[in-house]
Amino acid sequence: MAGTFGDPEVVEENIDILIIGGGMAACGAAYEIMPWLEAAKKEGHDLSVRLVDKAAMDRSGAVAQGLSAINTYIGEEQDPADYARMVSNDLMGITRDDLAYDVGRHVDDSVHLFEEWGLPIWKTLDDGTRVDGARWPAQGGKLLVEGGKPVRSGKWQIMINGESYKWIVAEAAKKAIGMDNITERVFVVKLVNDKNRENTIAGAVGFSTREDKVYVYTAKAILLVAGGCVNIFRPRSVGEGQGRAWYPVWNAGSTYTMAAEAGAELTLMENRFVPARFKDGYGPVGAWFLLFKAVATNAFGEVYMDKNKEMLNDYPPYGQAAVPASCLRNHLMLKEMKEGRGPMYMDTVTALANLREELTPKEVKHLEAEAWEDFLDMCVGQCGIWVGENIEPEKKNSELMPTEPYLLGSHSGCCGIWVSGPTDVGAPTTEEHEDKDKIPSHLPEGWNWGYRGMTTVNGLFTAADGVGASGHKFSSGSHAEGRLAAKAMVQYCMENDYTPELDTSVDDLVAEIYQPVRTYLEHKDYTTAIDVNPNYITPRMLQFRLQKIMDEYVAGVATYYQTNAHMMAVAEEKLEMLKEDAQKMRAKDLHELLRAWENYHRILTAEAHMKHIQFREESRYPGFYYRTDFNLIDEENWHCFVNSVYDKETKTWTVFKRAHKDLVDKSKLFK
Amino acid sequence: MPTFVRTDKCDGCKGGDRTACMYICPHDLMKLDVDGSETGHEMRAFNQEPDQCWECYSCVKICPQNAIEARHYADIVPLGGSVQPLRGADSIMWTIKFRNGTMKRFKFPIRTTAEGSIDPYTGKPEADISKVGEAGFFNLGGVQKPGDRSELICL
Ligand SMILES: Cc1cc2nc3c(=O)[nH]c(=O)nc-3n(C[C@H](O)[C@H](O)[C@H](O)COP(=O)(O)OP(=O)(O)OC[C@H]3O[C@@H](n4cnc5c(N)ncnc54)[C@H](O)[C@@H]3O)c2cc1C
Ligand code: SF4
Ligand code: SF4
Repeated sequence: MAGTFGDPEVVEENIDILIIGGGMAACGAAYEIMPWLEAAKKEGHDLSVRLVDKAAMDRSGAVAQGLSAINTYIGEEQDPADYARMVSNDLMGITRDDLAYDVGRHVDDSVHLFEEWGLPIWKTLDDGTRVDGARWPAQGGKLLVEGGKPVRSGKWQIMINGESYKWIVAEAAKKAIGMDNITERVFVVKLVNDKNRENTIAGAVGFSTREDKVYVYTAKAILLVAGGCVNIFRPRSVGEGQGRAWYPVWNAGSTYTMAAEAGAELTLMENRFVPARFKDGYGPVGAWFLLFKAVATNAFGEVYMDKNKEMLNDYPPYGQAAVPASCLRNHLMLKEMKEGRGPMYMDTVTALANLREELTPKEVKHLEAEAWEDFLDMCVGQCGIWVGENIEPEKKNSELMPTEPYLLGSHSGCCGIWVSGPTDVGAPTTEEHEDKDKIPSHLPEGWNWGYRGMTTVNGLFTAADGVGASGHKFSSGSHAEGRLAAKAMVQYCMENDYTPELDTSVDDLVAEIYQPVRTYLEHKDYTTAIDVNPNYITPRMLQFRLQKIMDEYVAGVATYYQTNAHMMAVAEEKLEMLKEDAQKMRAKDLHELLRAWENYHRILTAEAHMKHIQFREESRYPGFYYRTDFNLIDEENWHCFVNSVYDKETKTWTVFKRAHKDLVDKSKLFK
Repeated sequence: MPTFVRTDKCDGCKGGDRTACMYICPHDLMKLDVDGSETGHEMRAFNQEPDQCWECYSCVKICPQNAIEARHYADIVPLGGSVQPLRGADSIMWTIKFRNGTMKRFKFPIRTTAEGSIDPYTGKPEADISKVGEAGFFNLGGVQKPGDRSELICL
């Protein structure tokens, strides 16, 4: 039966393993899982798998436009322990070394696969010249796996010609898992727990954005990898340009919200990422600093990182590392802005002039192309600003600006879900600290309680932006982490013999998902103006309200990233009413139904962020946010994880501490 | 820089049941106006929510008619510039026009293998199920970089 807008067709599917998302982690999972399923079959376990993505895998997720660098490649020279140390310091000392170390020892294989599949990776030839990713084979270069030397733009980054990065990785994933096992354009709204087993996942439900169809999946293991969260804060541009957030507008916190509602423990949701980028276009700065050796200055040409360097001493030991944490770099920039010495600039003119002195005219021409390619491969919008404002980087400097905050776990941020880590790197297996009794008793102790990448809900796994307390995985590490989770899900299905059963009836699930449609159909004729109606709220206005609350009370750009307990008390009240009003969202078509549920996911993710900042009585990430009532880093009381669980019945959060422990020696950073 | 569709070039993907731009947009922005009731242009696509456009250029690159371009965000950028790609099988060409008329052209490689040629598992070993609970990937039978175990201070 074909559905109608008011009465959708219901498709029920029973599978063993469900992958939610089609980004880097999901593509990694799709590739790794098939050989393990083949092997499991030989042991008598015939397991089925399905991948659902809200968009088309060829261009879905954060890598849609492409990228100009792979930011995590360990290479010959470095040890996974060095990587875990770097991750820790950039995130102000509180990360899970077990998770970072595990990504570090696995990640390079994913990069080698990308190259095998056709991703052009730049190489440094024996004579020291660097060539782009398509020309080196003719000039005697080698594959990375054969010892070829990448072009490093930093200690961990390597340069690529990455316009088709996602296209290539998706092609491999689609071929691996098979098109029959993929459904695109399905937005997953919520997970469903098991009826008979406590704290266990049993399925998920979503809807098609193309046809009037609701999908109800029953699955034993689920990999939830729907990216991070954008647009919970009011963006700097509120007109046509509001779509140009740094983080892709389509990742709406689905990962965190769905996990929280299913009962999974979240970690470090207070962490956020506020990238300092080229103003308005949000073009990447990494290659400018690292490859072109540019410096950032205030309006008077003063290099704020030098001028304000003693401010780093306020945050021992994190300020003393060779590369200070990203948030501290913002901290030094914000001082200039707050004291009225803006605008801030990237001095592209001097950088390119300096390079001209060392290079031949041919090399200079190549360099100019590289500078443009850095944006064209991953942030075309920045070029749009350059052409519109007649900015040629060799002639005119570009403004820099810190953006609005984003929540993510795989870039320079570490919020996310608390997951089980590897067992062979010395991670704690018990919980020893003063506030141990405040941890809800059904939650596991230690850092490995089951399967790699499994959350505190049995059968529910995550990776990449979903995994909290690690960070700096980037595209390659996200792919590798998806692969680790895929393998662990096969193991989980083999070792746990039960049949999942949904704890909610299919009718109830469908009714809930289509409620915004029904609300619209019921009330639309009450007023003459379709968008102004006392019986419902449009998803667009819901989003604006959320952004206003977060911006003004929870340390957005309006207050220079500052908040305090009183401001958050106000935010708390307003968010509660917003959550209530979310029950009255309307959807006038499937596109708006998509926006409605994206915004619902945003609200709960935002609430988690606020609750965690409220609980942590210090300012752990100066430059990303400040609590003016606790404007310090308090190592004695707060060198710990802040974790939480959400109760979907009472709609309340329980927030608590977990102990931190170093598994690699961090003092090496500061020598 | 939201995208726009040129009425003189778009052919609605010849009336197919899914247009290339609708298929690809990660944010569900491109829409086909089948009967012209939304735009006055029957069987042409349009960007239904320009202020949600990430200007990722996915639709621009995929359109078989080269009918999609971008007009930089009007609330931020002065008029007159344009950044337009032509994506081929192994490279992409960019034509860049500044507001003041300056032009630049760049060409970059995009992949080293033919599209559709990836063969994910040929030459790769089978997974060893006895190792399913250990670190490592199926194709390596272990981890890429075992690392210096003495760095792990809690072992
Ligand atoms: C602006 C930017 C620049 C970056 N630059 C670099 C770089 O230069 N180098 C580098 O190595 N890394 C870079 N990264 C990091 C890299 O892109 C991410 O680490 C990686 O993509 C994260 O993988 P993921 O699978 O968690 O999320 P994504 O790749 O974003 O995938 C999320 C997936 O979930 C889907 N989805 C979302 N919600 C739902 C839902 N409710 N239902 C169904 N599907 C859903 C999406 O469609 C998408 O397929 C950058 C990231 C950003 C944002
Ligand atoms: S892809 Fe191009 S030709 Fe096809 S509908 Fe979209 S704009 Fe028109
Ligand atoms: S540029 Fe990207 S976000 Fe904008 S309409 Fe095209 S595909 Fe969608």
